[in-house]
Order: sequence, then C-alpha cells, then structure tokens
Amino acid sequence: MESRSISQQPSVFRTLDWFTLILYLLLVAGGVVSIYAASYDFDGASMFDFTEFSGKQTMWIGLSLILGLVILLIDYRVYETYAYPIYGAVVLLLIATIFLAPNIKGSHSWLVLGPVSLQPAEFGKFATALALARLFSSYNFSLNAKISNYFRALTIIFLPIALILLQRETGSALVYISLIFVLYREGMPGIVLLSILCAIAWFVITVKYAAPPLIMGITLGQFIVFTAVMVLFVVMLLIYCRNFIVGRNVALGFAGSGLLVWLLSLIGVNVPGMAYFLVALGGAVVYVAIMMLHLRISKYLVSIGFVVASVLFMFSVNYVFNNVLGNHQQMRIKVTLGIEDNLRGAGYNVNQSKIAIGSGGLTGKGFLNGTQTKLKYVPEQHTDFIFCTVGEEEGFVGTVTVLALFLLLILRLIHIAERQHSIFGRVYAYCVVSYLIFHLCINVGMVIGLCPVIGIPLPFFSYGGSALWGFTILLFILLRIDAARKINRD
Amino acid sequence: MSKDYSLEKRKYVIAAFICVIVVIYVVRLFNLQVKDDKYKINADSNAFLRRTVYPARGLIYDRNGELVVFNQPAYDVMLVPKDVVDFDTTAFCRTLGITREQLREKWAEMKDPRRNPGYSSYTPQKLIAHLSQEDYGRLQEKLYLFPGFFIQKRTIRQYNRLAAANVLGNIREVSVSDLERDSYYRRGDYTGDLGIEKSYETYLRGVKGEEILMKDALGRIKGKYEDGKFDVSPRSGHNLKLSIDIDLQEYGERLMTGKIGAIVAIEPETGEILALVTSPTYDPTLLIGRERGKNYAELVQNPYKPLFDRALQAAYPPGSTFKPSQALIFLQEGIITTGTSFPCARGYNNRGLHVGCHGHASPITVKPALQTSCNAYFCWGLKNMIDKVGTKPSGQLTKWKDYLVEMGYGYKLGIDLPSESRGFIPNADYYSKAYKGSWSGNTIISISIGQGEVLATPLQIANLCATIANRGWFYTPHVVKEIEDTVLPQTYRTKHTPHIDRRYYDIVAEGMRMAVTGGTCRAANLPGLEVCGKTGTAQNPHGRDHSAFIGFAPYKNPKIAVAVYVENAGYGAAFGVPIGSLMIEKYLNGKIAPERKHVEENMLNSNTIIYSGVKKH
Repeated sequence: MESRSISQQPSVFRTLDWFTLILYLLLVAGGVVSIYAASYDFDGASMFDFTEFSGKQTMWIGLSLILGLVILLIDYRVYETYAYPIYGAVVLLLIATIFLAPNIKGSHSWLVLGPVSLQPAEFGKFATALALARLFSSYNFSLNAKISNYFRALTIIFLPIALILLQRETGSALVYISLIFVLYREGMPGIVLLSILCAIAWFVITVKYAAPPLIMGITLGQFIVFTAVMVLFVVMLLIYCRNFIVGRNVALGFAGSGLLVWLLSLIGVNVPGMAYFLVALGGAVVYVAIMMLHLRISKYLVSIGFVVASVLFMFSVNYVFNNVLGNHQQMRIKVTLGIEDNLRGAGYNVNQSKIAIGSGGLTGKGFLNGTQTKLKYVPEQHTDFIFCTVGEEEGFVGTVTVLALFLLLILRLIHIAERQHSIFGRVYAYCVVSYLIFHLCINVGMVIGLCPVIGIPLPFFSYGGSALWGFTILLFILLRIDAARKINRD
Repeated sequence: MSKDYSLEKRKYVIAAFICVIVVIYVVRLFNLQVKDDKYKINADSNAFLRRTVYPARGLIYDRNGELVVFNQPAYDVMLVPKDVVDFDTTAFCRTLGITREQLREKWAEMKDPRRNPGYSSYTPQKLIAHLSQEDYGRLQEKLYLFPGFFIQKRTIRQYNRLAAANVLGNIREVSVSDLERDSYYRRGDYTGDLGIEKSYETYLRGVKGEEILMKDALGRIKGKYEDGKFDVSPRSGHNLKLSIDIDLQEYGERLMTGKIGAIVAIEPETGEILALVTSPTYDPTLLIGRERGKNYAELVQNPYKPLFDRALQAAYPPGSTFKPSQALIFLQEGIITTGTSFPCARGYNNRGLHVGCHGHASPITVKPALQTSCNAYFCWGLKNMIDKVGTKPSGQLTKWKDYLVEMGYGYKLGIDLPSESRGFIPNADYYSKAYKGSWSGNTIISISIGQGEVLATPLQIANLCATIANRGWFYTPHVVKEIEDTVLPQTYRTKHTPHIDRRYYDIVAEGMRMAVTGGTCRAANLPGLEVCGKTGTAQNPHGRDHSAFIGFAPYKNPKIAVAVYVENAGYGAAFGVPIGSLMIEKYLNGKIAPERKHVEENMLNSNTIIYSGVKKH
C-alpha cells in the first residue's frame, strides 16, 4: 500500500488536469484584484497589507494552495473510503454551530475561533458531495431501482439543508437544492427536473411581476408564464414526443391566434388575456388529447399534464399569496425576491449594484477608478456583490470575461465528470458542477437584478476564507480523483 | 465499469442549461452596460458631483396641534479632498474668521480615520460645521477661489416652547459607533440623542436624496445635470404628534421648580402620557448649535443631574401609593373581602414586630384603610397571604410578584423613550438568598406598604393609577400619539389586563374616593371634579421622607391619572396632594379656581431641594 502510493506520487502532477487548475488560479487572482479595488481608498494601503481585505484574501489563497497541495498528495481512495465519516463529522459540526455560533446579523453560522471566524456551512458542500458519490457508487445501486434509493439520496441532501436553515443562513442552505442536477444525471426522470425548475420559475415570475401595468388585462407575470407554457408545450411535443406534425400544428395554432389577438388590438378590440390564454391552451390540450387517443403514447399525457399543472400552479400561487398569506409575510417574500423597493434593505443593494455595473460601460472606468464602489454605495461590495466592482472598473469586457471563465470551468468539469471510470468520481464531479452552476446563477443574477437577493458568494472571487477554502477543497478533491483515473488506465 | 449511454446524453442538457443562463446574463449585462444610458452619468466622476440633499427632519407637535419642535437652517463647509488643489489658506481663514491653527486642526480631524472612519478622498467630507449666516454669505461669494469646496445646507432643531426637554431629546452629530451600527449615516450627519429624537429616529430622519451637479475642469459647480432629471429627491421625516399637552407639561415643570422629583400624567383610556415632568430639568435650546458640546458637559456634571429623567429612570420606594395594588391582590386572592377587618393599635403588632401607624378607628376594613392609609391593615393582609395555612411563603410571594408584574411593576413598562428603569419587585429567590431560606410574612412585612425592597419609577406608579382609573386594564404608556402617514407600533395599541376582577377595582376606587372626601387627600377635593387619590410618604435613606401622591378624576369615566413624587418634601399631603390636584384641575378645567390660587402660589414658590442636598442615584 505504502510503496504503491509513493510510486504514484510523481504521476499525480503529470496527470493533473492543468487546464482546470489554471482556470482556478485565474479566478482567485481576479478575485484578489477585485477585492483590493472594492475596498481601495485614495490613501489606501498596498494590495498585500494584511489589515486590508485584499491582503487577508491573499493569505487565504496561500493557505488554500497549501491545502490543495495536501489534498493532491493524499491517496485518492481515502476520499471514497472515508466519505461517510467525513460527512458525519461535518454534520456534527453543523449541529454544534447552531448552538455555539454567536448572532451575527441574525445568522448563527459563524464559529469564532480567536481571531478567525469559520463558516462550517461552506465545508458541508464537499462532505455532502462525497457522501452522495459514495451512496451512488455502492454495489448495484441504481436510483430508479426502488423508491427508497431516492429517499436515501434526498436524506443526504436535506440533512445539511435543515441544519443550515436552523443557523438562519437561508442562502447557503438553498445551494444544496442544486444537487437535483446530480440526481437527474444519474437517472431521475427529466420531467421531474423540468417540473422543479418550472415550479420555481413560475413562482418567482408570478409573484415578482404581479403589480400593474397589466398586459391584456392580466399581470405581466401571468403573461410570461402563459407564454412560456405555450413555448414549452410545443418544445415537448417536438422533442420529447417526437411528433413533428402535432407540434407544428399546435405551434401554428398558438402563433395564429396570438397574431389575431394582436391585430384585433390594433383596431381597438381588446381580447381579455385570461380568456385568450385559457382558450388557446385548452384547445391545444384537447387537440393533443384527441391525437393521443389515436397514438396511445403516454408521453403526450405527460405533456398535457405539464400544461394543466403549470396553469393550476400559477393560479394557486396567486391565490395563496394574496388570500392566505398575511401582509407581513407577503412583504417578507417580496423583499426576499427583491420586488419591494425597500431602500434600506435588499432593494437598495440591488439598485446600487445595477448603477455601479451600468456605469462601467463597455470597457469600464479602469482599475481602481470606480467611484460607485469607493463611495460605499454597495454595502457588501467585497463579498456577495464583488461582481459589481468587476462591472464598474472592467466594464462589459470584464464581466463577460469572468462569465466566460466560469462557463469554461463548468463545461470543463462536465467533461471531466464524463471521463471518470468510477461512478464515485462521476457523481462527485457532477456535485461540484451543480454547486458552481447554482452559485454562479444566483450570485450574478442577484447582482444584475435578475434573481432574488440570496446572500451567497461568487466562488473563488468573493472575499472570505471559509468560502474560498470550501471551494478549494471541493475542486482539489475532484482534481485528485481525476488524476487517479489516468493512473489506473496507464 | 458499466456506462449507461442514454444517461450520458444528459450532460448536454446540463451544459445547455448553464450556457443558456450565461447567454441571458450576457444579454442583460450588455443592456445594462453598453446599451442603456441611464447609468452613464456616473461614468465620469470628474465631471459630476453627487451631493447629498438632506431631508427635513420630522416636526413635533403637541397633542393639541401646537408646533413644539421645528427646523432651522445651518451651513456646513464641505469638500471633496481629491478635487481640492492648493488654495490660499490665508484668504480662506480670513473669510471665515478662523486662525490657520484652527484650520489645520479641523483638517487633521477630518482625515483621522479613527474620528472619521468614513473618510474617503472621493466623497464629500465635512470640514467645519454650523457657519453663521454672515460667514455663510461671505464664503458663498468667494467660493470660486476654493475649488473642491462647497457649502451644504443642513437643518438643526429649534424649539417653540422651552419645556419637555426630557421627552423631546435633541440631535447630535453621529459618533463612530453610530457609523458602524447603521450604514445610513455618513460622517457629519445628525442623529437623535435622548428622548423621542432618539427613540423615533428612524421615523424622524426621513430618507436622504441626491442631486447631481456638473463641475468644470477647475471643480467649480456649473449647475444641475440635465436639469435634475437624475436627481433623487429626499423624503422628509414623519411628523410626530405628541400625546403631551405642552401647556400642562410646562405648568408641571413650573410647579416642580425648586424641587427634585417627577410628575407623570396619563390619559387612562389610551395610555397617552399628558405630562412627563422631571425636575430639575433643562432648557432644550442649550443642546443645539456650536455650543452643544460645552453645554452638554455642564449638564452632565451638574450635581442635580438634569439629564437624569426621574419620571422613568429613578426607582423610588412607592410608599403608601403602593397600597391600592396590595388591596387588589388580597381581594383577588380571597385573603380579604370588603367586610374583613384587622386591628390597628397605633400600628401593626405581631410577635414583637411593630410597624407604626397614626390615629384612626380600629378595627378597620379595606375601604377606610385606604381612606386613612392604615399601615397595619396592609401588613396583616400581606402576613395572612404569605403565611396562609397550607402554602409555602415562596409560592405565595411568587403569586404576589406575578400580580405586580402584570400591573407593570418590576420590569420596564416599555415606554417609547430610551433608558427606562425597571424598578424592583423582590421574588422568592431574592429573599431565600438574603435570609438563607428562612423567612416568613413578618420578615418581609414592609413591602406591603411600599417600603423595604420595593422600588418603582414614577411612571410605574402613574400606570397603576391609570389601571385603577380604567377599573382593570391599561395601555403601555407612551408619549407619541400619532406618527404621520403610519401607525403607532403594535405595543401601544395592545390592551394589558392583569388577572384581577373588575369588582375589586371598584372597591379600591371607592376607597381612593373616600381618601379625598374625608381622608388623607382632602386637599385634593376639587368641587365638581370627583377626584380619587392616595397619598404616599416614603421613608428613605437620603433624609426627609419623600412626598408622593396618585390620583385620578373624574371618579366615573376618568380623564386623567397622575402620579407626583417629590424627594425629601415630607408628608404626601404636604407637596404630593397639592401638586397633583393642581395638575388635575389645570388639565380638566383649563385654569385654577381663584380660591385655590394660594395653593398654586405656595407650590410655585416653595423649595425642597434644600432638604435634599446633593444626592447620588
């Protein structure tokens, strides 16, 4: 055992995925530079002054690299063998945190150890990924074999969610929801993933665009949802049911009736939107149902069910939101979704961050020349809103570059995931992919005002030792497992 | 290794998902950053100056709509450090009439990160506060000589009536800790200090606005950008309407001149405080303008502590004003009924313990006991409750304490003013520690007459009076009646009802009525007003007894409940009753009857501070 691991050691670096490592280094370096710019002042200190955020982040990066090196030097089988114990230990740590952590801005998620504060929730990510990968790699495990397998996988995912929610750190808890992508990749029916994504989208859209102005007598939210349901219905008929003729007919029906309604509005006849959409969708559903009797394919049933469920869901969201929830609860949800222009709260941050990004223009104001960030208009500018600084100082070019780096990284990791020979390696890699997708979508979406304000960091970029360590561990374990894959083959 | 190739295709779905999201984001960023002009105005920070426009702080009215606190303009000298070029300091100093040393000092203070943590060379910083009107005029004329400088118009407070300083509070510049606590503030902002200026700060301050001005290459202001199209106008603070009747407040303060103590008057039906007098008090105008710092230090050092709001911060022994609460508890617990009588042989005598009393008929029932303020009656009541057969003293005391807590004693009542004191109601643990577990009714007998360990604020004492006036419930007392455009916090709209039956309140109210018609408070017997009252004479370790009084009127459908507490002024009938009755008369009749003018004269001119000396609280 010992002699083998020694003989493997030099090859770890030969088979390491350097492409990913370089992307990682580019991202953390970009992070330090942005943090320095975000907290920079005219008379400010150097980038590596340890009393400044950027200096501290440099220190965190140095420690992360050491940590990464250690991870690479450990035998890759350790992670699979000790997956459950590691998960258990982190769960215990999360439980302890609920009781030990002091109240910092209403959240009990930071363990204060002398001068350093750690957020155990960040370490839950890799532990959960290990445990999930371990579960899927157990002998003869197949997600769809029996329902209890779903139960086991969901238990692993929801235990940390519950514990982190108890720490009142909603954002970090929601991250684990992204592991639904892993379940999807490992066999969960696609319709489940679609339903979950749509349910979230319908809910946010319906609530977020519930205020006037009205379009065709219905709210903008309802209009968007109806239109999206139409488009998805056609897409499902075309791709999922593979029936070109039915799909084309439904598409033509929607397009034709929509055109008619539009033309009527031009001559002053306004068709009520609610009636139009219900009639158009209802007609399409009846048409497909009749076709289905001929063809007897259950996939049509699924498509019809999707349309009916979507419309019912939208109505119930409206009903529950307006008639069941109290004013106070409505306000809480609205503020969380960034709808209510709460100048002191979430709305304020988003508005200021949009101004900062928008003022950057095509090429930005130049490094350290951003004024919005200097003026301290964006309160969390070095942590959750770091993307703002990039947008202001580096402009559209900078933001697109950063997004491109992240996209490259995620696509590369998907590639790495698929080239794994072990299920363990593949599932773990997809966990990493899922986390990164969620963090990127939510963080950037929040900063540019497209997503609800959920306080989670931009991976590798945002200031904060715990988050950086968490992501470093996550990524380097994957690099280690991937490097071993090649050794086995050689 | 087996591979399910149909599932492998799903990688395209996941990859497509993230690609679509990234494309959406890139489109959005393109719109925000390249296409949309809306945010471009910030792009060239050299050409624009974003100047904060301060909202008008909310005005403060009294309950009858009289304006009490308003705003007046003040001018601050501001500058953006990175725009400041070398300027003629001599000319600058001459314009403002300051020395170069003073300028250097101000400059150093502005740049000191400890005193000004929000310092940044990019943002406007305050150099000198509160210019006089003339200095403002002179500097405005020569401002073109000093690039980077500008004048910010601010408002400071001004007072129409020189009363209620303890209720109103004042404003001060924000401190370092304020800046760290609340990101709304920038250095040089004002925030409420003391009184409702502090407790209603978030309502009063409003929301800051911003105007965008154009500058030329020399930093001189060339007017508004696009005629103010992108300016954000400030939102004024909410105006407040006090529950205080400013005339009554001022009258109370005059009555209390030369005395140490407090008056609290409450409208029982609403819990609104009509007057909250503490004495000695101070002139609120001392704490505005440039002299604030000096005056504030003097007030802090004043041995009579005018900044100490005795009405809600001082914990006094309530003395006999506590007896009505005892009667209520004993009645509710079945310790006594209206017919129960106890002996009083010039006091309470039991197992060698003697608590003195004064001459009246004996034995005596509860109503006459309240009328004559018989000590023995309440001592017997407490003894019978604590030493009740079949119970433990600790359990009985806990019940006793719980009733009092329900009536508002022992904890902060929750008035809408900062720094309320909670007073003190002992519990069983307290006595078990003090007497090592062995104690009984006799050990603690003095709490039944509001002495011993029991301490209460004048506010709590007045609240009991209001509860009796209402015959069994109260609203948390508060000094703000209305907040413009919004509602009062829920706590001031929630009725509190102690677990004591209404009929027992009727008995106590009748006893208090008898005390006025033929008992200890005869001096409060105002024709036509049906006053009910109870005196208090509280022994204390600071010298002469404190004089106290609670009263409400009219007997049926009361409109005012008042508590008076005068330190070291002797019997309750000596100062408490006359001051309390004058307050009631003034509020209900609007004037003092001619035949009572001598009482008023007497109170206005008497001085009891001489009996107090300088004391510590």
